Amino acid sequence: MAVSRTEVWQGGTVVASRPLTPEIRRIEIEVDDPAPVSPGAHIDVRLTIAGERDRRSYSIVDATDEGRRIALSIYTSPVSRGGAAVMNALAPGDRLELTQPLNDFPLRPGADRYVLIAGGVGITAMVGMAASLRARGADYRLLYAGRSRPLMAYVDDLREAHGERLRLHVRDENSSLVVPELVDGIEPGTEVYVCGPIRLMDAIRREWMKRNRPIADLRMETFGNSGWFDAQEFTVRIPASGIEARVRPNQSMLEALEAAGAEMMWDCRKGECGLCEVRVLGLSGDIDHRDVFYSERQKDARSKMCCCVSRVVAPADGAAVVEIVTS
Amino acid sequence: MPETVTAKLLDHPRNAWYVAAWDHEVGRKKILARTVAGRPLALYRTEDGRAVALADACWHRLAPLSQGTLMGPEDIRCPYHGITYDSRGRCTSMPAQETINPSALVPSFPVVDRYRYVWVWVGDPALADPDLIPDMHQMTDAAWTGDGLTIHAPCNYQLILDNLMDLTHEEFVHSSSIGQKELSESEFVTSHTDTTVTVERWMHDIEAPPFWLKNMRDKFPGFSGRVDRWQIIHFEAPSTICIDVGVAKAGTGAPEGDRSQGVNGYVMNTITPETARSSHYFWSFQRNYRLDSQLITTQLRDGVHGVFGEDEAMLAAQQAAIDANPDYEFYSLNIDAGGMWVRRILERMLLAEGRDHAPAPRRGAQLVR
Repeated sequence: MAVSRTEVWQGGTVVASRPLTPEIRRIEIEVDDPAPVSPGAHIDVRLTIAGERDRRSYSIVDATDEGRRIALSIYTSPVSRGGAAVMNALAPGDRLELTQPLNDFPLRPGADRYVLIAGGVGITAMVGMAASLRARGADYRLLYAGRSRPLMAYVDDLREAHGERLRLHVRDENSSLVVPELVDGIEPGTEVYVCGPIRLMDAIRREWMKRNRPIADLRMETFGNSGWFDAQEFTVRIPASGIEARVRPNQSMLEALEAAGAEMMWDCRKGECGLCEVRVLGLSGDIDHRDVFYSERQKDARSKMCCCVSRVVAPADGAAVVEIVTS
Repeated sequence: MPETVTAKLLDHPRNAWYVAAWDHEVGRKKILARTVAGRPLALYRTEDGRAVALADACWHRLAPLSQGTLMGPEDIRCPYHGITYDSRGRCTSMPAQETINPSALVPSFPVVDRYRYVWVWVGDPALADPDLIPDMHQMTDAAWTGDGLTIHAPCNYQLILDNLMDLTHEEFVHSSSIGQKELSESEFVTSHTDTTVTVERWMHDIEAPPFWLKNMRDKFPGFSGRVDRWQIIHFEAPSTICIDVGVAKAGTGAPEGDRSQGVNGYVMNTITPETARSSHYFWSFQRNYRLDSQLITTQLRDGVHGVFGEDEAMLAAQQAAIDANPDYEFYSLNIDAGGMWVRRILERMLLAEGRDHAPAPRRGAQLVR
């Protein structure tokens, strides 16, 4: 239904935690103040990471008992910023602070057809959408891409629920998703929902735009936590104010700049709104754009960055450094 | 359920079709701003004539889209910063950037054009089944003709439902047109299903009140004499009440089903809650005789408009008295049987939506949510 951005914080108790794959853990939480869970909803959790208070967003995979018990799936990426480790350490009985469901990625009813595309842990946002579409008798397909089957959570459940509507694309089995073919095969009047790594979303968007497909039919969810390259440490400098900061792999450039005393403007902190934009004066290395705010043309220009999610990667023969102007 | 107190004012169900506007009110010349069931809407039509209902607040800074501009076949542009949306509420362009924020959209509500009205569903869109629209076929059926208007009533929708479910008030409120003492003297029969309530009343061998005498003479020039009069009130949840009314020459078999010696009208009422204290009251009077006479159509519309003006004044006064006496409760009478069944059905709809119908607080009285 509608976008819901009103944050209502509440407590929750972990009631179950088990591994689904070597990299993904399912955590079930009984919340104190349940609210309806719409397809595409997520919650934000307050965590203490390395001694500092921070927050992370996780899609709600499924919910029972009218939203009293919700399930999340936590992916430990090699470049995790530390949230996954904290979440994975939770055990039944532990308390945590979380929002009631928020939804920036609502499933709109009434389209002729739907294609849901999940890459890796992006499946967490799609489980509820697919269930809702099935319950409504909608015409839909669910495409699920991953590296290898043992790393892909919920495959058996999805197969049982969706049968032939589910198509798996597994790199190890030589059935990878071929994006141009995929986009060619999507009929007009279809709404497409994508959740997954930024390179999957970028690739789909590029093919979509190339074909002049209506941008309103392409819906993407991003928590800004995946890039084209592994996160590495880099240096950011603001010559105008003499500020210099090291950005650790598990820290965003925005966080490092704030910690170094720069006054920064921001809003979404997930690469969507563009408010945290900085202009690039000098660059040693390359920009790993992880936002969905800039067009491909703007990303290629390397002149601006959304510092809440985007990073710098080192050149082959040197250190990664970026010099910027803030707003 | 706290059944000991009759809720003075009921919250309205959200999972329901409500009339947002007459079909002719929604077009492309002007975007219509109207609040339906507490939800401000921007209503317009696409170039191919499809009615659209979007939330009347831009995603960005909530500027009212109803003050915006229609663009191309189906888009609407915010009057403030020019953000555009398609008929589904999806953002199609943003100023000063080459991409579109993935969360940018305004809610779009299911809409159906039917029975000369634009119906909208502001609840869970997954439940918006057009088959749930109440039957008002007399609005478009070739065997009937008529016209109506909208009253913007300054009261909770529940008070209008009460008004229509018990027509004994005609004797007192409408004494110069349709009121007569037999209304309170004659028996009535109430029946109900899970979603409907019917109240039927027959008055045998009586004088026709002025409104009905005029109608009889339209069909039977020079008519005089006594009549059998009927009122069969059909409620269909949540807030449509179609009333089968008429008179026939006394003793010619109308109660047994032969209405050929009489005149028959349908008062089509559908009430759309606007806020907790205001309602859009859409009505029409449809008849099945002298179909060709626009004169009669206009006379009936204007006549009923005058009669309903008397209801409107009473409803406004009643709402004001309720607000002024927050510590007083409602009591019920036998004549409220129809209205009480309506309440029961609405309370169940509210509970099914996970909402308590919660009687208004006794003190401090800012009514039900």
